[in-house]
Amino acid sequence: MPNIELSGNTYLVDEDGFLENPEVWNERAALDFAPTEGVSELTEAHWKVINYLRTYYLQFGIAPMIRKLCKETGFKLNEIYALFPSGPAKGACKLAGLPKPTGCV
Amino acid sequence: MADQTPSPEQLTQVDYRPKGKSWLDPHVEFRKGTYCYSAAPKNLTYLGLPNPRQWQPFDQDWKLPPDWKDIILAGMKERLDRYRSFRLFMDICVRCGACADKCHFYLGSGDPKNMPVLRAELIRSVYRRYFTLAGRLLGSTVGARDLTEDVLKEWFYYFYQCTECRRCSVFCPYGIDTAEITMIGRELLTLVGCNINWVIEPAANCFRTGNHLGIQPHGFKDSIDFAVDELEEITGVRVEAPINRKGAEVLFVMPSADYFGTPHYYTLLGYLALFHEIGLDYTLSAFASEGGNFGLFTSHEMIKRLNAKIYAEAKRLGVKWIIGGECGHMWRVMHQYMDTMNGPADFLEVPVSPITHTRFDHAASTRMVHICEFTADLIRHGRLKLDVSRNDHWNVTFHDSCNPARAMGLIEEPRYIIRNTCRTFHEMPENTIREQTFCCGSGSGLGTDENLEMRLRGGFPRANAVRYVRDKHGVNVLACICAIDKATLPPLLEYWSPGVDVAGVHEFVGNALLMKGERDRTTDLRGEPFASAKEDRAHA
Repeated sequence: MPNIELSGNTYLVDEDGFLENPEVWNERAALDFAPTEGVSELTEAHWKVINYLRTYYLQFGIAPMIRKLCKETGFKLNEIYALFPSGPAKGACKLAGLPKPTGCV
Repeated sequence: MADQTPSPEQLTQVDYRPKGKSWLDPHVEFRKGTYCYSAAPKNLTYLGLPNPRQWQPFDQDWKLPPDWKDIILAGMKERLDRYRSFRLFMDICVRCGACADKCHFYLGSGDPKNMPVLRAELIRSVYRRYFTLAGRLLGSTVGARDLTEDVLKEWFYYFYQCTECRRCSVFCPYGIDTAEITMIGRELLTLVGCNINWVIEPAANCFRTGNHLGIQPHGFKDSIDFAVDELEEITGVRVEAPINRKGAEVLFVMPSADYFGTPHYYTLLGYLALFHEIGLDYTLSAFASEGGNFGLFTSHEMIKRLNAKIYAEAKRLGVKWIIGGECGHMWRVMHQYMDTMNGPADFLEVPVSPITHTRFDHAASTRMVHICEFTADLIRHGRLKLDVSRNDHWNVTFHDSCNPARAMGLIEEPRYIIRNTCRTFHEMPENTIREQTFCCGSGSGLGTDENLEMRLRGGFPRANAVRYVRDKHGVNVLACICAIDKATLPPLLEYWSPGVDVAGVHEFVGNALLMKGERDRTTDLRGEPFASAKEDRAHA
């Protein structure tokens, strides 16, 4: 399990670069991870998605349905992809410090 | 898609000439894009599987147990005794080569060891060496090989480059099921802790919460409630979606991706609309909340452990029979293993449709019916009011998902449903559909990002056939009945055949279904305007 250093901070991540321990996440981590998923700047729209994912995760222990994420944040799926080029399950979840969803997804 | 992904032009330059080295040479190169990451120790530990440790396939040292060779050979012996099919498949192949060019991974990679015959020889050569007289005495002259670490690494590389789709076995004159050889190969590798995380993590999640994603009951309810609310917004009809309701007639089991991913979710809306409209007395279960079973990609033992929840929940809830959703490999488990592994299901009844009174005798033993069989029967008896024009924005082709097609022979029912819910339907070429369907290239747990190049290579034959009907007939959607398909075909088609969406068959049902009390609908389940609504707007 590798440690990576991003903007001077060290994080324990899995092979895909997701935080190994989601509980250590903070806003600094989102900023640090952003360039690894092709996000150059975290705008208000990015934070809306990240904060929603984070809140949902703390309540349910999992990312929300993609459709629910879209509806609750008011972004269409292609808009989420525009914000997070690697998509909701990968880029957005990684920046929000959620584990990568697995299975037939 | 990652920047280092090769272009389509690069991937179509496939060299089918063998590279000159002997097939007995086991050395493989673990090049990025062509293998999956190892299983995380926490997931192996959760399942009680052997040798949890940190390692990756590209490491020199795989940290095998000191007696790994004895473990593998003892494991082979045990399985040769237990599974007559395995011994038979080891003995009877005459290497005729009928299967050679039938594998999507061979077609997409040109690697001779992706010919099913040669993939099987990787294990057969070890069988010869240790379990046949000729092999013991004559060694490599009769194609026998010592079991070395390089051979084990080669097994890992190629048994995780087979999606267990069984297209090759359709063409084998002896009926050798190469998927079963891969299954045994993976099972042996699991004995020494060599497995992949994209299989083992969903399996561990399944064992813990009942589904691949690790969704707990309150999360399950939250997602289903959301779907009910949204369906009401679209149709104006409030449906009920009971969870864990004791005494219901039917238990409905779907893949967890249906209540997580997109486009899977629209299929879920289709199920909910259908069940409401016919007044089905059913329940969902927050524990039997997964049709898929990644045990199938691990070991027979794991299939049994993960599948046990379905009958257990059916019994606990006191239902009479079970309907299963649009899930692919689930149906190989249901059709081939569930009865003997988890049955007998003598506490259930032979399924009878409460709407048409059709008795599903073919499910007399498992007591579990595929939703496409159930829905096709409803349509056949004229019990659904369908407005096919509501799918006029779709020009459809159908991808036979490997396991429903080849493992249970579900060929006509989904087509029957599509033809009755959509007006424009075009088949892909004959040798790429039905029993001969080409795999998505990402099945059996290989649908993970780090394996993308192999997925694009393996998925090429399928995508190429899609491109053919796209260009010839203007097809703009590929229907399928498998959650892995719905997850992995969109990026595959975006790469090889852009402009073709992916949808579940019950999404079309949900679009076309005229529901009692519905509002004047203008959009489909995706919120997209119907073709007629678009025309109205154009004429306004």
